Amino acid sequence: MPAIEILGLEKTYMVGFWRKRPKLALQPLHLTVEEGEIFGFLGPNGAGKTTTLKMLMGLVFPTSGTARILGHEWTDPEVKAQTGFLPEQPYFYDYLTAHELLNYYGQLSGVPGKDRKRRIDEVLQRVGLTDVKGVQLRKFSKGMLQRAGIAQAILHNPKLVFFDEPMSGLDPLGRREVRDLMEQLKQEGKTVFFSTHILSDAEALCDRVAIINKGELRGVGAVEDLTSTVQGKVEVVWQGVQVPASMKALGAECHVTGDTVRAVLPETQQDAAIDALRRERIRLIAITPLRTSLEAYFVEKMQQSQSAAATTVGTTK
Amino acid sequence: MNARIVHIASNTFREAVRDRVLYNLIAFALLISGAAIFVGQISIDIERLVVVNLGLTAVSLFGVVIAIFIGIGLVSKEIDKRTLYTVLSRPVRRWEFIVGKFFGLAGTLIVNTFFMAIGVFAALLYVAHKFTGADTLILIALYFIILEFLIICSLALLFSSFSSPLLSAVFAFSLFVIGCFADDLRGFAALTHGFTRWIATGAAYLVPNFSALNVISAVAHQQPLSGQLIVQNTLYALFYTAMALSGAVLIFERRNLK
Repeated sequence: MPAIEILGLEKTYMVGFWRKRPKLALQPLHLTVEEGEIFGFLGPNGAGKTTTLKMLMGLVFPTSGTARILGHEWTDPEVKAQTGFLPEQPYFYDYLTAHELLNYYGQLSGVPGKDRKRRIDEVLQRVGLTDVKGVQLRKFSKGMLQRAGIAQAILHNPKLVFFDEPMSGLDPLGRREVRDLMEQLKQEGKTVFFSTHILSDAEALCDRVAIINKGELRGVGAVEDLTSTVQGKVEVVWQGVQVPASMKALGAECHVTGDTVRAVLPETQQDAAIDALRRERIRLIAITPLRTSLEAYFVEKMQQSQSAAATTVGTTK
Repeated sequence: MNARIVHIASNTFREAVRDRVLYNLIAFALLISGAAIFVGQISIDIERLVVVNLGLTAVSLFGVVIAIFIGIGLVSKEIDKRTLYTVLSRPVRRWEFIVGKFFGLAGTLIVNTFFMAIGVFAALLYVAHKFTGADTLILIALYFIILEFLIICSLALLFSSFSSPLLSAVFAFSLFVIGCFADDLRGFAALTHGFTRWIATGAAYLVPNFSALNVISAVAHQQPLSGQLIVQNTLYALFYTAMALSGAVLIFERRNLK
């Protein structure tokens, strides 16, 4: 059973003073997220990521379409007892302490009193807020609020967790901790759906990703598949600062960094390059097929999106 | 009552307490004790009348101001600050949120009124040196004031569910003022004819009838209040509150939280 099935969710806002001008926020979206995977929802700012998440959370109503979460209709309130949500740049009742906040959310999620205290202590420990659990949230930094947000999202031990830009506002150490936490959640068998525009996070964490731009899904697939396109080139790295003429003759693009040289050349020239380096008695460090990075894939999809938009504008004119 | 409503209500009450809303009691205590001492010195034989009038009017006005200014922010503030997102992403229905907020604010006002009532009785004891049987009428007046608060809370919530805090405050305060003259409005409607009569009568019955809930003057003059009035006012206030809350729920159920 898929954890999330999005079946044509679409959102158009009516804008302007008389609310007569339609503004498309999300074109019909079809997406399936399997149980137990970390799924990245990627896109630039304003792409429609948050709108999608808000629709799944019942905060915004779709213009059309439907979705199923954990096998139930997404509007079923009881589904929410099994899901957790961290909104983008979360803000909480700042007159509460971290402990009081989690207790309140635990009550609303229906966590029984006995378990609640134990769970609160566990999640506070997990996000590193145990020492400040008695401090009012108005005294929290942005990073601490983000941690409190993560704590409330996982407090009731949900099967599926939605994170909207979870790394936002965190320092490098905090980002690392959140990445570790998401991996732990996956190991515990939970499904994690998170939106981000930080591609390195997605590449490091996700089993699968979807790319969205201007409200339209541009690509979806396993990170390995998207980045496994071998471009028919290899990367050869050797020790030294000199580039032998024989390597240049093979058509290699060479870059010297510190005491190593990195050369990119056609796969067909791989054996010739090894021979050339041997002849020059140069120490070879590595030869690897050149793969597309998630960033390159993302940029390609964004460019396709822009050229498609330009074509549409041209046709309209 | 539904447990989630209780939790939302108690959190709303806690917010009011921590935002120092109950500090208004200090201002009230100063006003009522100052008035009692002053009235005791200048009034002859009407100390009781003045203290009851002044005290109950102050209880009503303090409560109305709190009801409007907290009520108008109950929903809009949660949307603006996005605190609502983490509440509604839990198994909380939107109507539960509205009803919980209403009970939280109503609870705050009842506690506030309780302490102010103690102040009124203390001032009365100071000027009259004893309580009489007629003083129990003050409790009925206080009960009617609480009914008035329930209506205002529900109206503030209704306006808060679709408009900005400023507009909500204007709407709620305007309705409060108009509602204080509801009897006059109904009298005026009776004098008109034809289509105007329909419109005027409709408007007169649509605005909350706060004049029926205001028995401060009668209580100050120790005039008896009928049981029928108590039942009538109770049913009216509960019906009006339920209607306003239903309106708030209907609007909020359809609202996109952008």
